[in-house]
Amino acid sequence: MLPLILFYSFATILVLAGIAVIVSRNPVYAALSLVLCFVTSAAIWLLIEAEFLAIVLVLVYVGAVMVLFLFVVMMIDINLEELRAGFTRFAWLGWITAGAIVFEIAGVVLTKRLGIDVTRGAAPLPANYSNTQELGALLYSKYAYPFEIAAMVLLVAIVAAITLTLRHRPNLKVQNIGRQVAARASERVRLVKMDSEHRE
Amino acid sequence: MITLAHLLTLSSVLFALSVAGIFLNRKNLLLLLMCIELLLLAANFNFVAFSRYLGQLDGQIFVFFVLTVAAAESAIGLAILVVLFRERRSISVEELNQLKG
Repeated sequence: MLPLILFYSFATILVLAGIAVIVSRNPVYAALSLVLCFVTSAAIWLLIEAEFLAIVLVLVYVGAVMVLFLFVVMMIDINLEELRAGFTRFAWLGWITAGAIVFEIAGVVLTKRLGIDVTRGAAPLPANYSNTQELGALLYSKYAYPFEIAAMVLLVAIVAAITLTLRHRPNLKVQNIGRQVAARASERVRLVKMDSEHRE
Repeated sequence: MITLAHLLTLSSVLFALSVAGIFLNRKNLLLLLMCIELLLLAANFNFVAFSRYLGQLDGQIFVFFVLTVAAAESAIGLAILVVLFRERRSISVEELNQLKG
């Protein structure tokens, strides 16, 4: 009974925070509501015993991605009036699409087309079961190559993000590493022969 | 006991909310990115639920990869947004018309 109560309370918070994300006027509030969404989702994933992903969601999403979002929101100066203009113009279309999606998914789930009984609970896991250990064993054996590709995707993302936002300002005093390394003593030191000064 | 139906309902509601959000905030690039994050979260919910209730961990591995790609996508999306703001002093989607003939 307790898991179900917890599930319903977290689900309510999740849906309310989701509504707050899409309707809030200020992008900072939207970002913070999205943080709340991720935290409550992590709590629900903990409830269904997907512990590793719950922690990853909090660490990666709340810790990194949403902080990035908040940084960007606070860095740029947005003209909210311009962006909010016509906010309700296509709202009816949005709500109709949302209703249609819920209707379609409910149609698939409730008509028992999935071939599985959706009203049953999950099989309980043994007491010494470690979700992280099992995921690690699978990730480094069966999914080793996709794991490497994921690492490459992240590397490409870093390079792309830095290249996009790098700004070359004129008259900026920066080191030219290539020229520094290629420097020779003959180019740098000039020995000048000159007579010593005479005292008057 | 939390059943599969509970989780599927929750994820479909979340998915529909974020689709409605894309319609509502169609001018604000930043909120569009946030709605996409919410959409991916709803999809991840299904993966985790089915993985747990079918007793196969492969779905959770897939969520791991979806998280990776989503992080990369939001990093590049935000970088493009910053560049767009620097050029146009606005993040409205309507400003993205440079390729228009």
